[in-house]
Amino acid sequence: MNPSSLKAKQLHQTDSGHSHPDMEEMRTFGFWIYLMTDIMIFGTFFATYIVLRHNTNGGPGPADLFDLNGVILSTFLLLTSSYTCGLAVLAMNKGKKQALIGWLAVTAILGAIFIGLEINEFAHMVHEGATISRSAFLSAFYTLVGTHGLHVTIGLVWMIALMIQLSSKGITPVTKRKVNVISLFWHFLDVVWIFVFTVVYLMGVN
Amino acid sequence: MFDQIKEFASGFFVTGDPLIYGADVSILLVTAAIIFTLTYFKKWRWLWREWLTSVDHKKIGIMYILAAFLMMFRGGVDALLMRAQLAIPGADFLQPDHYNEVFTTHGVIMILFMAMPFMFGLFNIIVPLQIGARDVAYPILNSLSFWLFFAGAMLFNLSFVIGGSPDAGWLAYPPYSELMYNPGVGQDFYIWGIQISGIGSLMTGINFLVTILKMRAPGMKLMKMPLFPWSVLSSCIAIIFSFPILTATLALLFLDRYAGAHFFTLDGGGNPMMYINLIWMWGHPEVYIIVLPAFGIFSEIVSTFSRKKLFGYQSMVYAMIIISVLSFLVWAHHFFTMGSGAGVNTFFALSTMLIAIPTGVKVFNWLFTMFRGRITVKTPMLWTIGFIPCFIVGGLTGVLLSVAPADFQFHNSYFLIAHFHQVIIGGVIFGYFAGLYYWWPKMFGFTLNEHIGKWAFWFWNIGFYACFMPQYVLGLMGMTRRVVSYGWDKGWWPLNFVSTIGAALMGIAFVLQVWQIIHGVKHYRKNLDTTGDPWDGRTLEWSIPSPAPHYNFAVLPQVEELDDWWEKKQRGVHKQLNNIAEEKLEPIHMPKNSGMPIIMAGCWFLAGFGFVFHWLWLTIPGLAGVAICMLAHSFNYDTDYYIPVKEIKETEAALRKVTIS
Ligand code: HEM
Ligand SMILES: [Cu+2]
Repeated sequence: MNPSSLKAKQLHQTDSGHSHPDMEEMRTFGFWIYLMTDIMIFGTFFATYIVLRHNTNGGPGPADLFDLNGVILSTFLLLTSSYTCGLAVLAMNKGKKQALIGWLAVTAILGAIFIGLEINEFAHMVHEGATISRSAFLSAFYTLVGTHGLHVTIGLVWMIALMIQLSSKGITPVTKRKVNVISLFWHFLDVVWIFVFTVVYLMGVN
Repeated sequence: MFDQIKEFASGFFVTGDPLIYGADVSILLVTAAIIFTLTYFKKWRWLWREWLTSVDHKKIGIMYILAAFLMMFRGGVDALLMRAQLAIPGADFLQPDHYNEVFTTHGVIMILFMAMPFMFGLFNIIVPLQIGARDVAYPILNSLSFWLFFAGAMLFNLSFVIGGSPDAGWLAYPPYSELMYNPGVGQDFYIWGIQISGIGSLMTGINFLVTILKMRAPGMKLMKMPLFPWSVLSSCIAIIFSFPILTATLALLFLDRYAGAHFFTLDGGGNPMMYINLIWMWGHPEVYIIVLPAFGIFSEIVSTFSRKKLFGYQSMVYAMIIISVLSFLVWAHHFFTMGSGAGVNTFFALSTMLIAIPTGVKVFNWLFTMFRGRITVKTPMLWTIGFIPCFIVGGLTGVLLSVAPADFQFHNSYFLIAHFHQVIIGGVIFGYFAGLYYWWPKMFGFTLNEHIGKWAFWFWNIGFYACFMPQYVLGLMGMTRRVVSYGWDKGWWPLNFVSTIGAALMGIAFVLQVWQIIHGVKHYRKNLDTTGDPWDGRTLEWSIPSPAPHYNFAVLPQVEELDDWWEKKQRGVHKQLNNIAEEKLEPIHMPKNSGMPIIMAGCWFLAGFGFVFHWLWLTIPGLAGVAICMLAHSFNYDTDYYIPVKEIKETEAALRKVTIS
């Protein structure tokens, strides 16, 4: 950054809020709207699943496939990770960079274990012949749960990228907004998972 | 070895049809010509810096509109091919399978790759100017949206010469679009072309919603905002709720075809009817997404050229919002005949008819605005006036179609074809033309030749009625849509012949418009818009020079009233605004150019192409490229800069031909 633009930046910071909207706040707002579109996507997949869940085509159904204990463990991990993500934001608001990065790391590790368990579950099912092409029920199952898993995976990559940025830039308005946004995303995925847990697993087994 | 290559090529490239060889040759020639010209005049750097990586919303808008015109040409040629085939009974100019491809690509291109980008182009150019903003909320995302649209459109168009075109209709109903009945790659081109550009559209929806909600000039309350941004807002709300459904639905169809899933197949427990529900939950709002902004444009033009405040401003706003909500509740009128039962059909018939009420309100408001106004009929106004009768007839036939029992008769007939072309051409396309003529001077700094414009208008209109009015009758006589040919004994041919002549007249009209633009560029010096306000306009975009400087407003306007610029002109205070004094200027915060969007869209294109041909060796690097682009963007903190006061001063002085103290 050259001196003149540095000066301009300071100038800008002193008068921010008057002449143009707060960029960081606007980006967070946009992310909320993005989340609404994601709700629509998940909503479509949920609706599909509900319509097709009895169409097992003579193949295995929910009760034959799901292991509730494993799923409860996954759910517990994801809920905890949402909590640690909240702790990360708290640390950030107190200006504690190390604690922030630390809690994000814990969150990411919990998320990674969650993904590992999911991959394991899928592999197990595929091994037993319950593949995506076996029945409409299974197509809908893999798509719904897999989309959630894909979101979590993307969140993980993003979180790691953010931890690197935090360690080099520290807590600035920009990194602050990024942390806020990813924590929104993470809590959102948690909520979606609760629906998955209820609609797919609990209602499937009972 | 050579034989292997030959075998591959004969499956890869579409062969056998002289039309397609012609296209191959012309694509190669045009590409070579472009590369040669750019290299010869050493314009590559200029192209990259000024256009391809630009995040200026006005330039992005111009690129959208240029692309839309190219696509209108392609879709129009498709239309003429079909009409040529249907002109005379028993013609075998197009074979049935080719005819299927032509109506499918025509529909997809016209709606998704012509109307949508045309609309987004107008959003981009005008919305920030009308709300007194310097940019959109997310400039880089905006550029990414454009390039995703472009990548998707190119991918889709490629199917014409590589692999083969889709042929399952513009909405690709299963089971016909399933692998079992449609094993080629055409349907996969359809899925990925639309998917990639659809993500771009969704992001544009988010971008403009936030822009309008958050970036209005100081003092511009929502109820002081011009109607065009209102129409954009309602259209964006519909985009945000409907495009994710499209994304999800195409993903499911893709999984059926690619991974052997059973969402919509006839076997394995799948349910094709579910696709039809889902696709129309997007498809119906989609038609309102494209027509609402046209309503906004007409509102602006009617009040400017009648020299009057728009009649019933508030009712216009509510009408648009109601339409965008209702558009989600009517989707099932597209399959009244598919056995949903009387109760369901009644609900959807009534909700469909309800939409006629707010729409009628709008038409009356436009008429009342003109009533006792001082009307001048320049081309933008001409299109607006031409739109009204066309839209009234289209709307009435729509109400006829919404009567469920009647639909059992009209369903899938030429009556339907005539109806939706009437609302889409008469409402959407006429509206965008009106907007293009209206804002052309703001975009380029010169006005277009009115004389040629009027000829084009009359050719479009006479051609339109000649083409589509006979089709209502044909529909009642029993001619169904998507038929490739019919016999002499049906008695359909005179009307079909007239219809084809009408289509040709519209083709001529399009050529006239292209000529009008070329003519305008050639003689632009004679038609310079030196005032920045050639129509004596009412809204903020007319308060700045034409074409607008890249930061739009040297000093952000302070808005007090609806039609603020007009009111300021009435009070004579606008002159002071033109005298931008140095002390009011501050350095302007602007986004830097970015190469990320075009590179990322290129990666999507490769990934999509790989998916179409099941080439994971291409898909995986493509998707990896997408991820790398995102990460690179996340790590880039150097995205903006400040325009120094001195530069603003010089730019303003040059544009306004004054010196600034
Ligand atoms: C400008 C003159 C136009 C002519 C002469 C024309 C003509 C036609 C014809 C002949 C068909 C096929 C009917 C059939 O065999 O089923 C058709 C279908 C269609 N057109 Fe156009 N069209 C024009 C403009 C447009 C525009 C501007 C749009 C949209 C923005 C549009 C959207 C469609 C759609 C969605 C279909 C249905 C395709 C399908 O059946 O899957 N057309 N048009
Ligand atoms: Cu509809």
